Amino acid sequence: MWNRAREIVSSLMLTELLKGLALTGRFLFARKVTVLFPEEKTPQGPRFRGLHALRRYPNGEERCIACKLCEAVCPALAITIESEERQDGTRRTTRYDIDLAKCIFCGFCEESCPVDSIVETRILEYHGEARGDLYYTKPVLLAIGDRYEAQIAADRAEDARYR
Amino acid sequence: MTEMLGTVQGAFQGWFGPVWGPHAWVLAKSLAGIVAVLVPLLVTVLYYQLVERWVIGWIQVRKGPNRVGWKGVLQPIADAIKLLMKERIVPAGASRGLFFLAPIIAVAPALAVWAVVPFSPGWVIANVDAGLLVVLAMTSMGVYGIIIAGWASNSKYAFLGAMRSAAQVVAYEIAMGFALVGAIMAGRSLNLTQIVMRQDGAFGLLEWFWLPLAPLFVVYFIAGLAETNRHPFDVAEGESELVAGFHVEYSGMTFAVFFLAEYANMILVSTLASLLFLGGWLSPFPAAWGILGAPGIGWLLAKIAFFMFLFLWVRASFPRYRYDQIMRLGWKVFIPVTLVWIVVTGVMMLEPVRDIAPFSLWFGK
Repeated sequence: MWNRAREIVSSLMLTELLKGLALTGRFLFARKVTVLFPEEKTPQGPRFRGLHALRRYPNGEERCIACKLCEAVCPALAITIESEERQDGTRRTTRYDIDLAKCIFCGFCEESCPVDSIVETRILEYHGEARGDLYYTKPVLLAIGDRYEAQIAADRAEDARYR
Repeated sequence: MTEMLGTVQGAFQGWFGPVWGPHAWVLAKSLAGIVAVLVPLLVTVLYYQLVERWVIGWIQVRKGPNRVGWKGVLQPIADAIKLLMKERIVPAGASRGLFFLAPIIAVAPALAVWAVVPFSPGWVIANVDAGLLVVLAMTSMGVYGIIIAGWASNSKYAFLGAMRSAAQVVAYEIAMGFALVGAIMAGRSLNLTQIVMRQDGAFGLLEWFWLPLAPLFVVYFIAGLAETNRHPFDVAEGESELVAGFHVEYSGMTFAVFFLAEYANMILVSTLASLLFLGGWLSPFPAAWGILGAPGIGWLLAKIAFFMFLFLWVRASFPRYRYDQIMRLGWKVFIPVTLVWIVVTGVMMLEPVRDIAPFSLWFGK
């Protein structure tokens, strides 16, 4: 009875509403946490899983030996590989396609690769303007690898003791 | 000022002759007044929604729009251009005439009410005696726009939104009306200028009606939130359950007009709350304080800005009411509270009581 009366009085005095307003009012002056994207960027870890790349050895030989482990492990079936024996007797890919429209960026391909060939880089700002633009082929992936090799190698080195 | 007006009036006599001169003068004066009120109002509406996005952003620890122009000040212009360019889609099953009539019905009263709103002594387009009655009648018209929009869209979401809006406005119109009755009693007039002048006195803000009519003041503002279908009473829009409520089917300029009506109504509720309960253009400081104590339109604008900010603050703070709770609040809390306080106001105004110390401040004059 007494409690009920107190409840009614407090609700008529809008105490809870005023408490809520005071709380949000404090946040009005709080430091803003927005990251202004193109100018500012959130920090990335060395394990960041972005756009894929195919790497080469320092002597220019491509790493991929067409074992097709990545193709097998890919849960989204985004990777397509065809291979044949080269003249020097080694097996190499003739086709290595990743359909980024299917890819879910799980990183399994990178984990499964025995020669650290297929990797995921820190690149996240890319786009395609037509349907086929997100279908990345072997030369494109190799080119990405060539271009960002320094960063890729540094990230792998930093993460090496956990792998 | 008066002299200059007299010269212009004389010029009208010269241009249009003695018969048509006075009529032309009245027409020109009214048109000038309308432009002088509506242009700042529309600019305020444009920028109110930018400020709304800023304030809500800040409260949510975001920065809000800051891309278009310096710190985002051109954002409303960009939005307006976008809405102007967009296609107006009429649903196949819609009642075409009513569909386009609805936004007009929503916006026309929202702009027409400003005819009787005074901004300073004499600064009013039409200083009618029953000003507050005009305000009540006009604001009640606005809901027809919403109901017709919901009906003409031939969409169940829009229709449900319109029904909710109708029930809600009926419930809160009564509480709002009673709150205004209190202000009318205290002001002993239906004329808005006179109600404000009643709050004038030597003690500044202590003389205003927000003290003796405190419950009515709170009820008026909350009912104003409900009347304008603002958070936390915006079930008529109810994004989470009704998509966008009564204006789901509207796009482009027709949608923009609803938007305009809603924001014009919010500014109107803020203005009326300032005029009726916070002394309008009167200064909060005692008259003896010189320039600070002098009345002026600046005080009114500051009070309006405070209420407009309160609208945004409330929106950023509270979750949406459940529909049956809205009805409960309207019928079972606000109406009894206002009824009781009207009686209390009556007692405060009675002959022996109104001469006793605190009451004489408001009702002894």
